[in-house]
Amino acid sequence: MTKKQIETTVNGVQHEILVDSTWTLLETLRDQLQLTGTKEGCSNGNCGACTVMVDGKSSCSCLVLAPEVDGREVTTVEGLADHGHLSPVQDAFVENSGLQCGFCTPGFMIAATALLNENPHPTENEIRLKLAGNLCRCTGYDKIVRSVQDAAERLSKT
Amino acid sequence: MPNFDYEAPTSLAEALELMARPGEVRALSGGTDIIDQLKNNRRNADLVVDMKRIPQLSLIETNGAGLRIGAAVSCTEVHKFTSESGGYPALTESTELVGSVHIQNRASVGGNVCNAAPSADTIPSLLIHEAIAHTASASGEREIPLIDFFAGPGQTVLEKGEILKEVVLPTPSENTASAYLRFIPRNEMDIAVAGVGSLVEVDPSTNVVKKARIALASVAPTPVRAYTAEEYLEGKEITPETINEAANIAVQSAVPITDVRGSAEYRKELVKVLTKRTLNICMERLA
Repeated sequence: MTKKQIETTVNGVQHEILVDSTWTLLETLRDQLQLTGTKEGCSNGNCGACTVMVDGKSSCSCLVLAPEVDGREVTTVEGLADHGHLSPVQDAFVENSGLQCGFCTPGFMIAATALLNENPHPTENEIRLKLAGNLCRCTGYDKIVRSVQDAAERLSKT
Repeated sequence: MPNFDYEAPTSLAEALELMARPGEVRALSGGTDIIDQLKNNRRNADLVVDMKRIPQLSLIETNGAGLRIGAAVSCTEVHKFTSESGGYPALTESTELVGSVHIQNRASVGGNVCNAAPSADTIPSLLIHEAIAHTASASGEREIPLIDFFAGPGQTVLEKGEILKEVVLPTPSENTASAYLRFIPRNEMDIAVAGVGSLVEVDPSTNVVKKARIALASVAPTPVRAYTAEEYLEGKEITPETINEAANIAVQSAVPITDVRGSAEYRKELVKVLTKRTLNICMERLA
Protein backbone atom coordinates (compact mmCIF):
# COMPACT_ATOMS: atom_id res chain seq x y z
CA MET A 1 0.00 0.00 0.00
CA THR A 2 1.34 3.38 -0.98
CA LYS A 3 0.24 6.20 1.25
CA LYS A 4 0.07 9.84 0.21
CA GLN A 5 -0.22 12.85 2.46
CA ILE A 6 -2.75 15.25 0.94
CA GLU A 7 -4.11 18.64 1.92
CA THR A 8 -7.62 19.32 0.85
CA THR A 9 -10.37 21.72 1.80
CA VAL A 10 -13.70 20.00 2.37
CA ASN A 11 -16.71 22.23 2.98
CA GLY A 12 -14.39 25.10 3.87
CA VAL A 13 -12.39 23.10 6.42
CA GLN A 14 -8.80 22.25 5.63
CA HIS A 15 -7.76 18.65 6.19
CA GLU A 16 -4.40 16.93 6.11
CA ILE A 17 -5.11 13.30 5.44
CA LEU A 18 -2.99 10.24 4.84
CA VAL A 19 -4.68 8.39 1.98
CA ASP A 20 -3.97 5.22 0.09
CA SER A 21 -3.23 5.78 -3.63
CA THR A 22 -6.10 3.50 -4.56
CA TRP A 23 -8.81 5.08 -2.42
CA THR A 24 -11.54 6.95 -4.17
CA LEU A 25 -12.63 10.38 -3.01
CA LEU A 26 -15.96 8.77 -2.06
CA GLU A 27 -14.27 6.28 0.28
CA THR A 28 -12.14 9.03 1.76
CA LEU A 29 -15.10 11.30 2.45
CA ARG A 30 -17.20 8.56 4.00
CA ASP A 31 -14.62 6.44 5.81
CA GLN A 32 -11.91 8.93 6.76
CA LEU A 33 -13.84 12.16 7.22
CA GLN A 34 -17.13 10.50 8.28
CA LEU A 35 -19.01 12.66 5.80
CA THR A 36 -21.59 10.00 5.04
CA GLY A 37 -24.05 12.31 3.28
CA THR A 38 -22.37 11.38 -0.01
CA LYS A 39 -23.73 7.99 -1.05
CA GLU A 40 -22.32 5.07 -2.96
CA GLY A 41 -24.69 3.82 -5.65
CA CYS A 42 -23.41 2.23 -8.83
CA SER A 43 -19.70 2.98 -8.30
CA ASN A 44 -19.16 3.53 -12.02
CA GLY A 45 -20.40 7.03 -12.82
CA ASN A 46 -23.91 6.21 -13.96
CA CYS A 47 -26.12 7.05 -10.96
CA GLY A 48 -24.76 10.29 -9.50
CA ALA A 49 -25.50 9.35 -5.85
CA CYS A 50 -21.88 10.21 -5.02
CA THR A 51 -21.88 13.64 -6.73
CA VAL A 52 -19.70 16.26 -5.04
CA MET A 53 -18.15 19.47 -6.30
CA VAL A 54 -14.41 19.59 -6.89
CA ASP A 55 -13.29 23.19 -7.37
CA GLY A 56 -16.93 24.01 -8.06
CA LYS A 57 -17.40 21.37 -10.77
CA SER A 58 -19.83 18.52 -10.16
CA SER A 59 -18.00 15.19 -10.23
CA CYS A 60 -18.74 11.57 -9.40
CA SER A 61 -16.59 11.04 -6.30
CA CYS A 62 -16.50 7.28 -7.01
CA LEU A 63 -14.43 8.09 -10.12
CA VAL A 64 -11.93 10.42 -8.43
CA LEU A 65 -8.83 9.09 -6.68
CA ALA A 66 -8.23 10.59 -3.25
CA PRO A 67 -4.72 11.89 -4.09
CA GLU A 68 -6.21 13.80 -7.04
CA VAL A 69 -7.88 16.29 -4.68
CA ASP A 70 -4.60 17.38 -3.09
CA GLY A 71 -4.84 21.18 -3.03
CA ARG A 72 -8.42 21.17 -4.33
CA GLU A 73 -11.68 22.30 -2.75
CA VAL A 74 -14.38 19.72 -2.26
CA THR A 75 -18.00 20.49 -1.44
CA THR A 76 -20.33 17.75 -0.23
CA VAL A 77 -23.99 17.90 0.76
CA GLU A 78 -22.88 18.65 4.33
CA GLY A 79 -21.35 21.88 3.02
CA LEU A 80 -24.51 23.30 1.44
CA ALA A 81 -26.11 24.61 4.63
CA ASP A 82 -24.74 27.81 6.14
CA HIS A 83 -24.35 27.57 9.94
CA GLY A 84 -27.38 25.35 10.29
CA HIS A 85 -29.53 27.25 7.76
CA LEU A 86 -30.48 25.15 4.77
CA SER A 87 -29.42 26.49 1.38
CA PRO A 88 -32.13 27.68 -1.04
CA VAL A 89 -31.70 24.42 -2.98
CA GLN A 90 -32.17 22.35 0.17
CA ASP A 91 -35.20 24.41 1.24
CA ALA A 92 -36.74 23.95 -2.20
CA PHE A 93 -36.27 20.17 -2.07
CA VAL A 94 -37.89 20.03 1.38
CA GLU A 95 -40.85 22.20 0.49
CA ASN A 96 -41.53 20.57 -2.88
CA SER A 97 -41.07 17.04 -1.52
CA GLY A 98 -38.23 16.55 -3.99
CA LEU A 99 -37.36 13.22 -2.43
CA GLN A 100 -38.85 9.88 -1.55
CA CYS A 101 -36.36 7.46 0.02
CA GLY A 102 -33.70 10.17 0.02
CA PHE A 103 -30.72 8.09 -1.10
CA CYS A 104 -30.21 10.02 -4.35
CA THR A 105 -31.02 13.39 -2.75
CA PRO A 106 -27.51 14.52 -1.71
CA GLY A 107 -26.25 13.92 -5.25
CA PHE A 108 -29.25 15.71 -6.76
CA MET A 109 -28.82 18.71 -4.47
CA ILE A 110 -25.12 19.03 -5.30
CA ALA A 111 -25.88 18.63 -9.02
CA ALA A 112 -28.67 21.21 -8.79
CA THR A 113 -26.45 23.65 -6.89
CA ALA A 114 -23.68 23.28 -9.51
CA LEU A 115 -26.22 23.72 -12.31
CA LEU A 116 -27.72 26.88 -10.80
CA ASN A 117 -24.26 28.34 -10.14
CA GLU A 118 -23.55 27.94 -13.85
CA ASN A 119 -27.02 28.73 -15.20
CA PRO A 120 -29.28 30.61 -12.73
CA HIS A 121 -32.39 30.36 -14.95
CA PRO A 122 -32.47 26.93 -16.59
CA THR A 123 -35.48 25.76 -18.59
CA GLU A 124 -37.22 22.54 -17.60
CA ASN A 125 -35.48 20.76 -20.48
CA GLU A 126 -32.10 22.08 -19.37
CA ILE A 127 -32.75 20.89 -15.81
CA ARG A 128 -33.71 17.41 -17.05
CA LEU A 129 -30.67 17.26 -19.35
CA LYS A 130 -28.14 18.55 -16.83
CA LEU A 131 -29.45 16.28 -14.06
CA ALA A 132 -29.50 13.21 -16.34
CA GLY A 133 -26.44 11.92 -14.50
CA ASN A 134 -28.45 11.54 -11.30
CA LEU A 135 -30.84 8.63 -11.03
CA CYS A 136 -33.77 8.40 -8.62
CA ARG A 137 -34.83 4.81 -8.22
CA CYS A 138 -38.09 5.90 -6.61
CA THR A 139 -38.63 7.83 -9.89
CA GLY A 140 -39.77 11.05 -8.27
CA TYR A 141 -38.33 13.11 -11.09
CA ASP A 142 -41.18 15.60 -11.54
CA LYS A 143 -40.95 16.79 -7.95
CA ILE A 144 -37.17 16.96 -8.21
CA VAL A 145 -37.43 19.12 -11.33
CA ARG A 146 -40.01 21.34 -9.59
CA SER A 147 -37.66 21.65 -6.62
CA VAL A 148 -34.87 22.88 -8.90
CA GLN A 149 -37.21 25.34 -10.62
CA ASP A 150 -38.30 26.63 -7.21
CA ALA A 151 -34.66 26.82 -6.06
CA ALA A 152 -33.87 28.96 -9.11
CA GLU A 153 -36.67 31.34 -8.12
CA ARG A 154 -35.52 31.47 -4.50
CA LEU A 155 -31.96 32.19 -5.57
CA SER A 156 -33.04 34.95 -7.94
CA LYS A 157 -34.70 36.71 -4.98
CA THR A 158 -31.62 36.58 -2.74
CA MET B 1 -8.85 -2.08 -6.99
CA PRO B 2 -5.38 -3.36 -7.80
CA ASN B 3 -2.64 -2.03 -5.56
CA PHE B 4 -1.09 0.80 -7.57
CA ASP B 5 1.04 3.82 -6.82
CA TYR B 6 -0.03 7.32 -7.86
CA GLU B 7 2.07 10.23 -9.11
CA ALA B 8 1.02 13.67 -10.31
CA PRO B 9 3.98 15.15 -12.21
CA THR B 10 4.01 18.85 -13.02
CA SER B 11 6.14 18.66 -16.17
CA LEU B 12 5.99 16.58 -19.33
CA ALA B 13 9.61 15.44 -18.87
CA GLU B 14 8.83 14.12 -15.40
CA ALA B 15 5.69 12.37 -16.71
CA LEU B 16 7.62 10.64 -19.50
CA GLU B 17 10.24 9.45 -17.03
CA LEU B 18 7.44 7.94 -14.88
CA MET B 19 5.71 6.41 -17.93
CA ALA B 20 8.97 4.64 -18.86
CA ARG B 21 9.17 2.81 -15.52
CA PRO B 22 8.86 -0.96 -15.60
CA GLY B 23 5.50 -2.62 -15.00
CA GLU B 24 2.03 -1.52 -16.01
CA VAL B 25 2.00 2.28 -16.02
CA ARG B 26 -1.29 4.02 -16.85
CA ALA B 27 -1.91 7.64 -17.76
CA LEU B 28 -4.92 9.23 -16.06
CA SER B 29 -6.56 12.53 -16.89
CA GLY B 30 -10.30 12.48 -16.12
CA GLY B 31 -10.16 8.91 -14.84
CA THR B 32 -13.80 8.26 -15.73
CA ASP B 33 -12.88 5.20 -17.81
CA ILE B 34 -9.63 4.05 -16.23
CA ILE B 35 -10.77 4.15 -12.57
CA ASP B 36 -13.84 2.07 -13.42
CA GLN B 37 -11.68 -0.36 -15.43
CA LEU B 38 -9.19 -0.70 -12.57
CA LYS B 39 -12.02 -1.37 -10.09
CA ASN B 40 -13.38 -4.10 -12.33
CA ASN B 41 -10.01 -5.63 -13.24
CA ARG B 42 -10.54 -4.80 -16.89
CA ARG B 43 -7.17 -3.01 -16.93
CA ASN B 44 -4.32 -3.34 -14.48
CA ALA B 45 -1.81 -0.83 -13.12
CA ASP B 46 1.30 -0.73 -10.96
CA LEU B 47 1.52 3.04 -11.31
CA VAL B 48 -1.08 5.63 -12.30
CA VAL B 49 0.31 8.91 -13.64
CA ASP B 50 -2.11 11.85 -13.31
CA MET B 51 -1.57 14.23 -16.24
CA LYS B 52 -3.77 17.08 -15.00
CA ARG B 53 -1.04 19.05 -13.27
CA ILE B 54 1.07 19.40 -16.44
CA PRO B 55 0.20 22.87 -17.79
CA GLN B 56 1.00 21.94 -21.40
CA LEU B 57 -1.51 19.07 -21.36
CA SER B 58 -4.26 21.23 -19.86
CA LEU B 59 -4.09 23.86 -22.60
CA ILE B 60 -6.63 24.43 -25.34
CA GLU B 61 -5.92 27.14 -27.91
CA THR B 62 -6.25 28.11 -31.54
CA ASN B 63 -3.11 29.15 -33.34
CA GLY B 64 -1.60 28.97 -36.82
CA ALA B 65 -1.76 25.18 -36.76
CA GLY B 66 -5.47 25.13 -35.91
CA LEU B 67 -7.09 23.95 -32.70
CA ARG B 68 -4.75 22.34 -30.17
CA ILE B 69 -6.42 20.32 -27.44
CA GLY B 70 -4.09 19.20 -24.64
CA ALA B 71 -4.72 15.56 -23.76
CA ALA B 72 -5.99 16.41 -20.27
CA VAL B 73 -8.52 19.09 -21.29
CA SER B 74 -12.02 18.11 -20.15
CA CYS B 75 -15.00 17.66 -22.43
CA THR B 76 -16.69 20.58 -20.63
CA GLU B 77 -13.75 22.87 -21.45
CA VAL B 78 -13.57 21.70 -25.08
CA HIS B 79 -17.33 22.23 -25.40
CA LYS B 80 -17.11 25.73 -23.95
CA PHE B 81 -14.04 26.72 -25.97
CA THR B 82 -15.33 25.47 -29.33
CA SER B 83 -18.83 26.90 -28.68
CA GLU B 84 -17.18 30.30 -28.42
CA SER B 85 -14.51 29.92 -31.11
CA GLY B 86 -16.77 28.16 -33.63
CA GLY B 87 -15.36 26.18 -36.54
CA TYR B 88 -15.75 22.66 -35.10
CA PRO B 89 -19.51 22.21 -34.54
CA ALA B 90 -19.37 18.39 -34.61
CA LEU B 91 -16.86 18.45 -31.75
CA THR B 92 -18.93 21.00 -29.83
CA GLU B 93 -21.88 18.63 -30.16
CA SER B 94 -20.12 15.43 -29.27
CA THR B 95 -18.33 16.76 -26.18
CA GLU B 96 -21.77 17.42 -24.69
CA LEU B 97 -22.84 13.81 -25.25
CA VAL B 98 -20.11 12.00 -23.27
CA GLY B 99 -21.84 10.68 -20.13
CA SER B 100 -23.39 13.20 -17.74
CA VAL B 101 -22.29 16.73 -16.88
CA HIS B 102 -20.39 15.24 -13.94
CA ILE B 103 -18.51 12.96 -16.35
CA GLN B 104 -17.90 15.75 -18.89
CA ASN B 105 -16.41 17.91 -16.13
CA ARG B 106 -13.73 15.26 -15.59
CA ALA B 107 -13.43 13.18 -18.77
CA SER B 108 -10.93 14.51 -21.29
CA VAL B 109 -11.20 14.33 -25.07
CA GLY B 110 -7.67 12.87 -25.02
CA GLY B 111 -8.85 10.16 -22.66
CA ASN B 112 -11.85 9.41 -24.86
CA VAL B 113 -9.35 8.90 -27.71
CA CYS B 114 -6.92 6.74 -25.68
CA ASN B 115 -9.71 4.60 -24.23
CA ALA B 116 -10.40 3.76 -27.89
CA ALA B 117 -13.97 2.59 -27.47
CA PRO B 118 -15.52 1.99 -30.91
CA SER B 119 -18.53 3.92 -29.57
CA ALA B 120 -16.57 6.97 -28.34
CA ASP B 121 -18.65 10.02 -29.19
CA THR B 122 -15.83 12.53 -29.70
CA ILE B 123 -13.78 10.38 -32.10
CA PRO B 124 -15.88 10.69 -35.30
CA SER B 125 -15.90 14.48 -34.81
CA LEU B 126 -12.11 14.50 -34.46
CA LEU B 127 -11.72 12.21 -37.49
CA ILE B 128 -13.83 14.35 -39.83
CA HIS B 129 -11.86 17.40 -38.72
CA GLU B 130 -8.69 15.48 -39.67
CA ALA B 131 -7.18 15.46 -36.21
CA ILE B 132 -3.53 14.57 -35.74
CA ALA B 133 -2.50 12.81 -32.52
CA HIS B 134 0.74 14.21 -31.12
CA THR B 135 2.39 11.67 -28.85
CA ALA B 136 5.47 11.80 -26.64
CA SER B 137 7.71 9.28 -24.95
CA ALA B 138 11.18 9.35 -23.42
CA SER B 139 12.55 8.35 -26.85
CA GLY B 140 10.84 11.11 -28.85
CA GLU B 141 7.64 12.45 -30.32
CA ARG B 142 5.31 11.21 -33.07
CA GLU B 143 2.51 12.74 -35.12
CA ILE B 144 -0.11 10.15 -36.04
CA PRO B 145 -3.18 10.86 -38.16
CA LEU B 146 -5.99 9.96 -35.77
CA ILE B 147 -7.49 7.42 -38.16
CA ASP B 148 -4.27 5.36 -37.72
CA PHE B 149 -4.34 5.64 -33.92
CA PHE B 150 -6.73 2.77 -33.18
CA ALA B 151 -5.75 -0.89 -33.16
CA GLY B 152 -8.97 -2.51 -31.94
CA PRO B 153 -11.60 -2.15 -29.23
CA GLY B 154 -9.82 -0.42 -26.33
CA GLN B 155 -6.46 -0.68 -28.14
CA THR B 156 -4.30 2.08 -29.60
CA VAL B 157 -0.93 2.17 -31.32
CA LEU B 158 0.65 3.89 -28.29
CA GLU B 159 3.77 2.04 -27.23
CA LYS B 160 5.02 1.33 -23.72
CA GLY B 161 5.97 4.66 -22.13
CA GLU B 162 4.25 6.72 -24.81
CA ILE B 163 1.41 9.15 -24.07
CA LEU B 164 -0.97 11.24 -26.11
CA LYS B 165 0.20 14.83 -25.66
CA GLU B 166 -2.41 16.68 -27.68
CA VAL B 167 -4.72 16.43 -30.66
CA VAL B 168 -4.42 19.10 -33.31
CA LEU B 169 -7.27 19.92 -35.69
CA PRO B 170 -6.38 22.05 -38.70
CA THR B 171 -8.36 25.27 -39.22
CA PRO B 172 -11.31 24.36 -41.46
CA SER B 173 -11.52 26.14 -44.82
CA GLU B 174 -14.30 28.62 -45.37
CA ASN B 175 -17.64 27.18 -46.47
CA THR B 176 -17.11 24.13 -44.29
CA ALA B 177 -19.67 22.70 -41.88
CA SER B 178 -19.74 19.62 -39.67
CA ALA B 179 -22.23 17.76 -37.49
CA TYR B 180 -22.34 14.72 -35.20
CA LEU B 181 -25.39 12.65 -34.31
CA ARG B 182 -25.69 9.40 -32.44
CA PHE B 183 -28.64 7.16 -31.78
CA ILE B 184 -29.44 5.99 -28.26
CA PRO B 185 -32.75 4.63 -26.98
CA ARG B 186 -32.91 7.31 -24.25
CA ASN B 187 -32.52 11.07 -24.49
CA GLU B 188 -29.11 11.17 -22.80
CA MET B 189 -26.55 9.20 -20.76
CA ASP B 190 -26.16 6.16 -22.98
CA ILE B 191 -23.68 4.48 -25.30
CA ALA B 192 -24.21 5.06 -29.01
CA VAL B 193 -25.94 2.24 -30.89
CA ALA B 194 -24.39 4.02 -33.85
CA GLY B 195 -22.87 7.47 -34.35
CA VAL B 196 -22.03 9.46 -37.47
CA GLY B 197 -19.96 12.59 -37.96
CA SER B 198 -20.03 14.41 -41.29
CA LEU B 199 -18.09 17.36 -42.64
CA VAL B 200 -18.55 19.03 -46.02
CA GLU B 201 -16.81 21.87 -47.74
CA VAL B 202 -18.69 23.24 -50.75
CA ASP B 203 -18.05 25.77 -53.49
CA PRO B 204 -20.80 28.27 -52.60
CA SER B 205 -21.34 29.37 -56.22
CA THR B 206 -22.04 25.85 -57.52
CA ASN B 207 -22.83 23.81 -54.38
CA VAL B 208 -20.22 21.32 -55.58
CA VAL B 209 -18.58 19.39 -52.75
CA LYS B 210 -14.87 20.14 -52.49
CA LYS B 211 -14.29 17.95 -49.45
CA ALA B 212 -16.40 15.36 -47.69
CA ARG B 213 -15.50 13.51 -44.49
CA ILE B 214 -17.77 10.94 -42.90
CA ALA B 215 -16.81 8.92 -39.80
CA LEU B 216 -18.77 6.20 -38.04
CA ALA B 217 -18.88 5.04 -34.41
CA SER B 218 -20.09 1.76 -32.90
CA VAL B 219 -20.21 -0.12 -36.21
CA ALA B 220 -16.70 -1.64 -36.40
CA PRO B 221 -13.91 -2.74 -34.01
CA THR B 222 -12.53 0.82 -34.26
CA PRO B 223 -14.01 4.14 -35.32
CA VAL B 224 -13.95 4.16 -39.16
CA ARG B 225 -14.11 6.58 -42.07
CA ALA B 226 -16.68 6.00 -44.81
CA TYR B 227 -14.16 6.60 -47.60
CA THR B 228 -16.33 5.40 -50.51
CA ALA B 229 -19.16 7.71 -49.51
CA GLU B 230 -16.70 10.61 -49.18
CA GLU B 231 -15.26 9.90 -52.64
CA TYR B 232 -18.75 9.63 -54.11
CA LEU B 233 -19.73 13.09 -52.80
CA GLU B 234 -16.56 14.96 -53.73
CA GLY B 235 -16.92 16.74 -57.07
CA LYS B 236 -20.70 16.34 -57.08
CA GLU B 237 -23.31 18.96 -56.50
CA ILE B 238 -24.87 18.45 -53.08
CA THR B 239 -28.56 17.72 -53.54
CA PRO B 240 -31.13 15.58 -51.69
CA GLU B 241 -30.36 12.83 -54.24
CA THR B 242 -26.58 12.87 -53.80
CA ILE B 243 -27.02 13.01 -50.01
CA ASN B 244 -29.29 9.96 -50.17
CA GLU B 245 -26.83 8.06 -52.32
CA ALA B 246 -23.89 8.98 -50.08
CA ALA B 247 -25.89 7.71 -47.09
CA ASN B 248 -26.55 4.40 -48.89
CA ILE B 249 -22.86 4.06 -49.76
CA ALA B 250 -21.71 4.89 -46.20
CA VAL B 251 -23.35 1.67 -45.02
CA GLN B 252 -20.67 -0.29 -46.94
CA SER B 253 -18.04 0.99 -44.46
CA ALA B 254 -19.98 -0.36 -41.48
CA VAL B 255 -19.14 -3.87 -40.25
CA PRO B 256 -21.19 -3.93 -37.06
CA ILE B 257 -21.85 -6.74 -34.64
CA THR B 258 -25.15 -7.71 -33.11
CA ASP B 259 -25.17 -7.11 -29.36
CA VAL B 260 -27.43 -6.00 -26.54
CA ARG B 261 -27.59 -2.45 -27.94
CA GLY B 262 -28.76 -3.38 -31.41
CA SER B 263 -28.54 -5.84 -34.27
CA ALA B 264 -26.03 -5.49 -37.09
CA GLU B 265 -28.86 -4.80 -39.55
CA TYR B 266 -30.32 -2.11 -37.32
CA ARG B 267 -26.93 -0.44 -36.94
CA LYS B 268 -26.46 -0.38 -40.73
CA GLU B 269 -29.86 1.25 -41.12
CA LEU B 270 -28.84 3.81 -38.48
CA VAL B 271 -25.66 4.61 -40.40
CA LYS B 272 -27.77 5.40 -43.45
CA VAL B 273 -30.23 7.58 -41.53
CA LEU B 274 -27.60 9.40 -39.44
CA THR B 275 -25.35 10.03 -42.45
CA LYS B 276 -28.27 11.60 -44.29
CA ARG B 277 -29.24 13.68 -41.26
CA THR B 278 -25.74 14.91 -40.51
CA LEU B 279 -25.18 15.87 -44.16
CA ASN B 280 -28.50 17.73 -44.12
CA ILE B 281 -27.46 19.56 -40.94
CA CYS B 282 -24.16 20.51 -42.65
CA MET B 283 -26.15 21.97 -45.55
CA GLU B 284 -28.39 23.92 -43.17
CA ARG B 285 -25.28 25.26 -41.45
CA LEU B 286 -23.78 26.33 -44.76
CA ALA B 287 -26.96 28.07 -45.93
